[in-house]
Amino acid sequence: MAVVLDARELNKRFGAVTAATGVSAAIEQDSVVGLIGTNGAGKTTFINMITGYIKPDTGSIHFRGRDITALSPREVTRIGICRSFQIPQLYSSLTVMENMMVGLGVVLRNAGLGGFFSRGRPNVPGHDAPAEEVAERILTRFGLSDYRNKNAQVLPGGVRKLLDIALTMVAKPTILLLDEPTSGVSAEEKFGMMDMVMAAVKAEGATVLFVEHDMEVVSRFAQRVLAFYDGRIIADAPPEIALRDPEVKRYVVGGELHRMDEQQGASNA
Amino acid sequence: MKGDRTLIILGVVLLAVVGAGPLLPQWALFLLTIAIAKGLVAQGLMLQLRAGLVSFGQALYYCIGAYTAGILGRFFGISDMLLEMLCGAAVAAFIAFILGFLLARYRGIFYGLLSLALSMILYGLLVKSEALGSTDGINILPSTVFGIKPSQESVRHVVLVAGCAVAFLATLLVNRYLNTPLGQLAAAIKDNEIRVEYMGTSVREAIHVKYVIAAALSGIGGALAATTVGHIDPDMAYWTTSGEFIFITILAGTKSVVAPFLGAMIFGIIHTVAFDVSPNTWQMTLGIALLLVILFLPEGLWSLFTRRKAA
Repeated sequence: MAVVLDARELNKRFGAVTAATGVSAAIEQDSVVGLIGTNGAGKTTFINMITGYIKPDTGSIHFRGRDITALSPREVTRIGICRSFQIPQLYSSLTVMENMMVGLGVVLRNAGLGGFFSRGRPNVPGHDAPAEEVAERILTRFGLSDYRNKNAQVLPGGVRKLLDIALTMVAKPTILLLDEPTSGVSAEEKFGMMDMVMAAVKAEGATVLFVEHDMEVVSRFAQRVLAFYDGRIIADAPPEIALRDPEVKRYVVGGELHRMDEQQGASNA
Repeated sequence: MKGDRTLIILGVVLLAVVGAGPLLPQWALFLLTIAIAKGLVAQGLMLQLRAGLVSFGQALYYCIGAYTAGILGRFFGISDMLLEMLCGAAVAAFIAFILGFLLARYRGIFYGLLSLALSMILYGLLVKSEALGSTDGINILPSTVFGIKPSQESVRHVVLVAGCAVAFLATLLVNRYLNTPLGQLAAAIKDNEIRVEYMGTSVREAIHVKYVIAAALSGIGGALAATTVGHIDPDMAYWTTSGEFIFITILAGTKSVVAPFLGAMIFGIIHTVAFDVSPNTWQMTLGIALLLVILFLPEGLWSLFTRRKAA
């Protein structure tokens, strides 16, 4: 499958702290990649370098063959790489619908539509429908229709997470970066939430990279795992292989995999 | 729908002013015109306030508009008030476009104080400028409209109607702007700049545009005030003048483009009555009025209308 995103030998230091050392990864189109690692392993730095928020000291990032290393976050968004946040970044004084409309307005504006002299309700590029319809469609896909008129600051944690991800969909991303999509979501809800997110994202045809600490979520939803430790990628393989790698077990998974093995053993018995 | 209602309200107000003008005393016409001028400046402040930015120096552009009118008369013999307002807006917008590259980088108290500093620099320059009358200021040529000089009896009404017409047009354009994606970014910028950037647009650019529009409105207001009063001086750039505009904006609220004009009229009435009743303590009356608004109508006088609608 075609490589859509290619990170080459990324290095980044913050003073004495090494956040990335020779990080290289070629991401194939339509794949779902899980990024795992302990806190401070370099996962979010990797995401931040892709989105242009942090510039690598050396190395380069290529999107569909184009070097995007020097682009700003908004330029990266415009070419089709969008991200969600570990702590949802919403417009808290606005309703769910207004949050969506602000995002869709930006998409229209970036396409030169919906400006001062425009008339009518132009179709949102990539969605082929007016903004209100696109917003409704995305909210429905994410199960947020009932919250449409609720203020973002009064939403429950899981719903805030979903809205944060739904907001990334307005730009019809080619690559979607999800930073800990299930953090703060209860154990009972996280699989349902991920099922919904993945179905919605796949319907839009986006390649997904998601940072995750929950190995059950990773093994269930990722097709490929990049395991980070001390700023390096120590494993790059499908989850069934990566999660059993001795280094990954030692530095990343720890006791969690043993618990999973035990649960599997118990269910087999 | 919202835009249509605004249009209707504006149209009714304009017709009322034009129709009732001849019946009103000269002092009332004067107060109304000044309220329109200050309302335009407050409208510019409202645009910034919606994005969470408070300019403590909006008088800079009010003064630039006024001095543009003054210079047109003094050095070029131009007294057409429509031309004065147009040039006031253009000069203010041009200077704001240059200064906006600096201002749009700052937020919060830094934005406020930097705007204040710029207005005080202009004040200092004008005080030292003998060609522009120094602290005494300069007189403005009697107003004309399309080359016609109104009679002494009708001049106040003509100035008011012309001012209202320009304010009407400016408000329609501002209302249209607020309904564009760029205009609707204000609340988003106030809430979460990071998200706006990650949505794919520049917060700095959006703020820059608002700053320039606010300056143009203030420039129109300054030119209108200049031609109404017939005299300008450096106090128009002084920080207390900027404070007055903030007062009006808070009094009015930021929910509607019409609100700043209402706020400016109420401010004018309170100011005039307080000064008439107690010339030495009128500031105290204004302070109490603001305090009451903040306590009981934190979203400004305009919330009286929106509250009723919500109920």
